[in-house]
Amino acid sequence: MSKYTEDDLKKELETKEYEYGFYTDIESETFPVGLNEDIVRAISMKKEEPEWMTEWRLEAFRYWQQMVEPDWANVHYEKPDFQNISYYSAPSKKPKYESLDEVDPELLETFNKLGISLDEQKKLAGVAVDIVMDSVSVATTFKDTLAEKGIIFCSISEAIKKHPELVKKYIGSVVPQRDNFYAALNSAVFSDGSFCYIPKGVRCPMELSTYFRINQAGTGQFERTLVIADKGSYVSYLEGCTAPSRDENQLHAAVVELIALDDAEIKYSTVQNWFPGNKEGKGGVFNFVTKRGICEKNAKISWTQVETGSAVTWKYPSCILKGDNSIGEFYSIAVTNNFQQADTGTKMVHLGKNTRSTIISKGISAGKSQNSYRGLVQINARAENARNFSQCDSLLMGNKCGAHTFPYIEAKNKTAQVEHEATTSKIGEDQIFYCNQRGIDTEKAIALIVNGFSKEVLNKLPMEFAVEAQKLLEISLEGSVG
Amino acid sequence: MSLKDKLLSSYIAFEDHLEDDSPIHDLRNNAIKVFEEAGFPTKKEEAWKYTSLNALLKQNYSVFPKSEATVELKQVKKYFLHDIDTYKLVFVDGVYSSFLSETTHDSIDVCLLSSALNKPKYKAVIEAYFNKTAVKDSLTSLNTAFAKEGAYIHIPKHKEVEKPIEIINFSTGNEAAVLLQPRNLIVVGENAHVQIIERHQSLSSNAVLTNAVTEIFAEKRAFVDCYKIQNDSENASLVDSTYVSQQQESICRVHTFSFGGKITRNNLNFYQNGERCDSVLNGITILEGKQHVDHNTLVHHMAPNCESHQDYKGIFSDSSVGVFNGKIYVEKDAQKLDAFQQNNNILVDDKATINSKPQLEIFADDVRCSHGCTIGQLDEDAMFYLQSRGIGKKEARALLMYAFANNVLESVKIPELKARINKLIANKIGVSLGFEL
Repeated sequence: MSKYTEDDLKKELETKEYEYGFYTDIESETFPVGLNEDIVRAISMKKEEPEWMTEWRLEAFRYWQQMVEPDWANVHYEKPDFQNISYYSAPSKKPKYESLDEVDPELLETFNKLGISLDEQKKLAGVAVDIVMDSVSVATTFKDTLAEKGIIFCSISEAIKKHPELVKKYIGSVVPQRDNFYAALNSAVFSDGSFCYIPKGVRCPMELSTYFRINQAGTGQFERTLVIADKGSYVSYLEGCTAPSRDENQLHAAVVELIALDDAEIKYSTVQNWFPGNKEGKGGVFNFVTKRGICEKNAKISWTQVETGSAVTWKYPSCILKGDNSIGEFYSIAVTNNFQQADTGTKMVHLGKNTRSTIISKGISAGKSQNSYRGLVQINARAENARNFSQCDSLLMGNKCGAHTFPYIEAKNKTAQVEHEATTSKIGEDQIFYCNQRGIDTEKAIALIVNGFSKEVLNKLPMEFAVEAQKLLEISLEGSVG
Repeated sequence: MSLKDKLLSSYIAFEDHLEDDSPIHDLRNNAIKVFEEAGFPTKKEEAWKYTSLNALLKQNYSVFPKSEATVELKQVKKYFLHDIDTYKLVFVDGVYSSFLSETTHDSIDVCLLSSALNKPKYKAVIEAYFNKTAVKDSLTSLNTAFAKEGAYIHIPKHKEVEKPIEIINFSTGNEAAVLLQPRNLIVVGENAHVQIIERHQSLSSNAVLTNAVTEIFAEKRAFVDCYKIQNDSENASLVDSTYVSQQQESICRVHTFSFGGKITRNNLNFYQNGERCDSVLNGITILEGKQHVDHNTLVHHMAPNCESHQDYKGIFSDSSVGVFNGKIYVEKDAQKLDAFQQNNNILVDDKATINSKPQLEIFADDVRCSHGCTIGQLDEDAMFYLQSRGIGKKEARALLMYAFANNVLESVKIPELKARINKLIANKIGVSLGFEL
């Protein structure tokens, strides 16, 4: 048997096309390109929104007009032309389904190709899936089971209609309209997203999950997610994304707001596998996401993310630890290959007493990619006994990629205890040799080592996701050692 | 008239006194243009995010001190390292004081930049080195435009300088507020060794703003040991930019001891151009009152098999502010590298602030890079242990602070200087331990 060399591996990786690169032809209703107040009004009208929502969107749009696109992140890309994007695209057949049989078979085919068979998931995992395809919710399962507990899990447009008091109270409370350029844009034009409310003292019996897909050519994806965990409740929320192959870059600007009231706990896990562009760095998704959660007394928010996709990622899931004794956690694996660029990290803002935060970030860069960790730990003057531990590890494969760490640490209280450490290393030849010598081929050995490197984060993912994430890691990195 | 405008018009007057056709003149003209375009740095710039010069810029500084100031030896004797023999370069309000200095031309050159810039015999060195490693940012450019005086140190090949060189800048406060812009050029030849101690000291409580630039060139296997003592009065502010360019197998160590001053900003930049270089950046910062110290370091690794070590310790009381902004930049050719960066801080009072930003930018895969940053308090168990053995609370605290800063203190290679710094620390913490540490 001829030796399987690194060159072979490299070739295999380079020729490996994006597995999920297909395009479903569903007749979409797409708005004309461009953005102005009329478009914002039209989106709002299309979604049959109440007056206050329209006003809220317009307010955001006006802020957005005054803002400039930020360029401080360590990523380089051609800025999208915001007047050349269609801001609304919805599958035009939009009946309310009672069962899966009624769903457009083509759509089901799409999901099957993605490997997320709804029936299977229903049976095996007990996951309620609120599927978002090109921004409009088309299927919601397990709604009744959830409804019994008083849990509201629906699309945000539905929530605006059915639970306006909740939406009105909380939307924009964590990420205000004028927070940043992309958040303002999202606030003005968001097409759909998920809404989740867990009532007092309820422990959500299953993992809630949403899958996002960018589908229609030339359409932006503007998701808005709002999760509210009332006092003493618990919810684990999963979000997964894949996007089909497209040559021009696609824009994804989502906003996620989490609200954990007293004693509540939210666990938010993401596996992001948007199309990263091909091996020449052509195409791919621009992922500019604002994710933030606020913790009241004794509350806890835990972000876990596995980022393997997107051409450009710009994402900082953050926690505002407002209440005393609240806890923020951030576990992240970011993998970049070929020409991908990622600038990701977290912000932990300590306001309350005895607040604690943990940051574990693992960056893996291969090919010609650039991977940055950017994080802020801020201990404010009144945050007594605040505690933070941060660890950022980077793994480099080959000398054409880069790993960067930009931690910001600000402490204004003498009782603060902050620790930050970061290391950068590569997979040792001796480690690979050790595996080879025990009959494990190089590719498997790399997968093994990468898995070990990311174990601390993978362990935090819910079971079903962990398996998928591990596979993703292997796919993204196959043969990238040089 | 803003300080910027004042400087720009002063430059026109200053230019009249200069020789027309020297290459340095072009350099100055270009530099003032850079400054004119960029202006003073503001908080909007990422590198100045945590330090604002605005309060300083409001003062009406005199750019060229008018009166010839005289200083008595007994007035300033305490600032010299008098226990040992040293070469001294002393400047009073930016003017060289031959009376207080001790220079040499005996096999090495320890003299003035003004003469080096003007005398033909130094022309080759000036052309090869002057302004070659300094970054063309606004404050450094401002210094370049006005640079006329400072230390010029040239150590030729294979020469080990037998005693340390002290560079001391005094300001007398003859004027209400003065802006000083000393410029030092230090060239250390192959295999040569040198130790340098640098100090800025104001003798009155009048406002001083010093915008100093030092360029250090370490040739093959050169060894440069540099100590910066910043214990100035409370109205003195300092922007100290140091650029170190290292060749193969050279070792450069810069230690910064920041105990005083109003606003101090240290820009310390290392460029490793050759293989197997070693760079050491150490610092102890102990602040109180409303003092503000900003350490901005860069180690730029361009060649393989190099090392760099950074270790900064800070103790912050009252409403003082400490900033550490360190960057390790590794180019893709700089393989087999060991780069370490450590920043430890103790917050003593609630109003004190620490902003730390240890950054890594790495483009090479076969490297060992790490950085660590901590913010914390003195260990309560250790305090209890010491107190239970009859050591007073104040002394116990001081002892632990000493221990905290000790790594850095131990790396001071001049015993007399170490004793001096020890005393400064004891003073700053407010105790006398009565024994050597």
